Amino acid sequence: MRKLIFALLFAPLLALASGTELRLDKAPDKTGDMAALQNGAKVFVNYCLNCHSASYMRYNRLRDLGLSENQIRENLLFTADKVGDLMKISMQRAEAKVWFGAAPPDLTIIARARASEFGSGSDWLYTYLRGFYRDDTRPTGWNNLIFENVGMPHVLWELQGQQVMGEGHHLSIAKPGTLKPAEYDSLVADLVGYLQYMGEPIAQTRRQLGVIVLIALAVLFVFAYALKREYWKDVH
Amino acid sequence: MKAQMTALLGWVDERFPLTSTWKAHLAEYYAPKNFNFWYFFGSLALVVLVLQIVTGILLTMHYKPDASLNASGVPVAFASVEYIMRDVPWGWLIRYMHSTGASAFFLVVYLHMFRGLLYGSHRKPRELIWLFGMFIFLALMAEAFFGYLLPWGQMSYWGAQVIVNLFSAIPLIGPDLSLWLRGDFVVGDATLNRFFAFHVVAVPLVLLGLVAAHIVALHEVGSNNPDGIEIKKKKDANGIPLDGIPFHPYYTVKDIVGTVVFLAVFSVIMFFMPEFGGYFLEYNNFFPADPLVTPAHIAPVWYFTPYYSMLRSVTVNFFWIDAKFWGVVAMGGGVVILLFLPWLDRSPVKSIRYKGPLFKGAVAIFVVSFLILGYLGMLAPTPMRVLVAQICTLLYFGFFLLMPIYSQLDKCKPEPERVTGK
Repeated sequence: MRKLIFALLFAPLLALASGTELRLDKAPDKTGDMAALQNGAKVFVNYCLNCHSASYMRYNRLRDLGLSENQIRENLLFTADKVGDLMKISMQRAEAKVWFGAAPPDLTIIARARASEFGSGSDWLYTYLRGFYRDDTRPTGWNNLIFENVGMPHVLWELQGQQVMGEGHHLSIAKPGTLKPAEYDSLVADLVGYLQYMGEPIAQTRRQLGVIVLIALAVLFVFAYALKREYWKDVH
Repeated sequence: MKAQMTALLGWVDERFPLTSTWKAHLAEYYAPKNFNFWYFFGSLALVVLVLQIVTGILLTMHYKPDASLNASGVPVAFASVEYIMRDVPWGWLIRYMHSTGASAFFLVVYLHMFRGLLYGSHRKPRELIWLFGMFIFLALMAEAFFGYLLPWGQMSYWGAQVIVNLFSAIPLIGPDLSLWLRGDFVVGDATLNRFFAFHVVAVPLVLLGLVAAHIVALHEVGSNNPDGIEIKKKKDANGIPLDGIPFHPYYTVKDIVGTVVFLAVFSVIMFFMPEFGGYFLEYNNFFPADPLVTPAHIAPVWYFTPYYSMLRSVTVNFFWIDAKFWGVVAMGGGVVILLFLPWLDRSPVKSIRYKGPLFKGAVAIFVVSFLILGYLGMLAPTPMRVLVAQICTLLYFGFFLLMPIYSQLDKCKPEPERVTGK
């Protein structure tokens, strides 16, 4: 009876929980996959870090991904002189705004900002980077499935090829690129994995530390509870 | 050595009430022996207060309240938070403690207040404890509101914009008042700096003073208990309440257990889901504040959403004054009405254990309305949602305004002479 009353009390909420939905593809989890993250970092500095900055991220932090400072300096350091520098770019924001309609956002924590009730930020980025299609009505000639009228052109088009939108918002390849669709998806997955890592480089340490802290608290609980039992023996 | 320590203590006691304060508030403060689960939240609120102050002090060492843009086009304040998260050793932990602590503070305070409501802890002779507590709640809301602007993300910015703009709905003085509060025509650097001053100096001072007053008033009259009866009515030959036990060591050791369990729950959130699904750290706040881009959907953090729902539920203009103003009145009234609780409850008994079906039913409806309002406050309004919010707002106010009637009509059970078991 109580449960029934409880259920009835909350019933109106069911009528309220609907809204427009954003369908996102699930991004493959690349956490801790060093080869994938290194590849993602390479794609990032080659394709993204010209218009987009990652201005809270230092190059030498990439040691997290198993790279030495020398490897970073020789393979990834395009926009700065020192390996301890932040990943800044030389493009002026005011000019970028004129060129693209909006200055390209900083990407350091984009994977955290793009999270929503529809999926993680990685899911959004994974869907977005695979969702460009030809649209001649746009100044860049490109549009995007989940970011309508986006200012960014399809930077990876040579790799993916050119998609067109068909019936029911379905995308298909009209001109193939240098990569097969599965290879392109894998490349984007690595890039998104890197963006997720860069959004919170400490994430793995955080989880590892959490386990230790919880074990310590569990031990402390045993003693705290025993102490309480001992004192409360004579309270009746 | 022991004799020297005793002599030192005597020297201090002649000049400062050290031993007598220790006795009055801990070793010889007699608390009822039947405190249950609900009584952990007072001490936990104190734990979180200390946590927030300590982590807050550490954060101010690297945080910069500066809305100007750096070379990369990012506001300095926003960038300084990411600097703390990345380049300051253990900065990420301190910051997550502070952001998780904010939500934890409201959680324990809401549960602490609800405990008072359940067991009649606001009733005579504890009206002042309740009032001090309510002022703490108000100060805490101000503290959270000011603090939320500091990361200078999109939600920080637009949340502050929405709330400060509410004051412009006040007839005659409104627009000038909101301009004065902001210190600029839009939320800007002046706003950020004054909110920083309020968040780290002004409000914490008020908060600490009120917490002290809350505890002093509590220890003057003594704690209530789940049976809602006065343990001071039955004392032994030495004047010690028969159902009382010294706070120290009994409740200090018990509260340590509660604190360890609380810290475990806190750690699970902080280490494994610091954003808590977007409820503790809103996703949109990972975008830096942009005065030119209004987010499609502006929602406050979860602890403000019940009152935000009340604000939005008023959609009709009364007396030629804009509905927005009456929304502000509803939101403010929803908080202020809590202050009057000690005088609205006319029941002959204090604890819900001995109250009748009317009061129990009213509390159930109140809790459900409050939760639904909280849920709706996170969503974008639709006609259906606004209607439900209006009904829940009426039920929320009805719970308080009708209390003098139904609490008297209720069929209460007799209170026991002595406290009962758990």
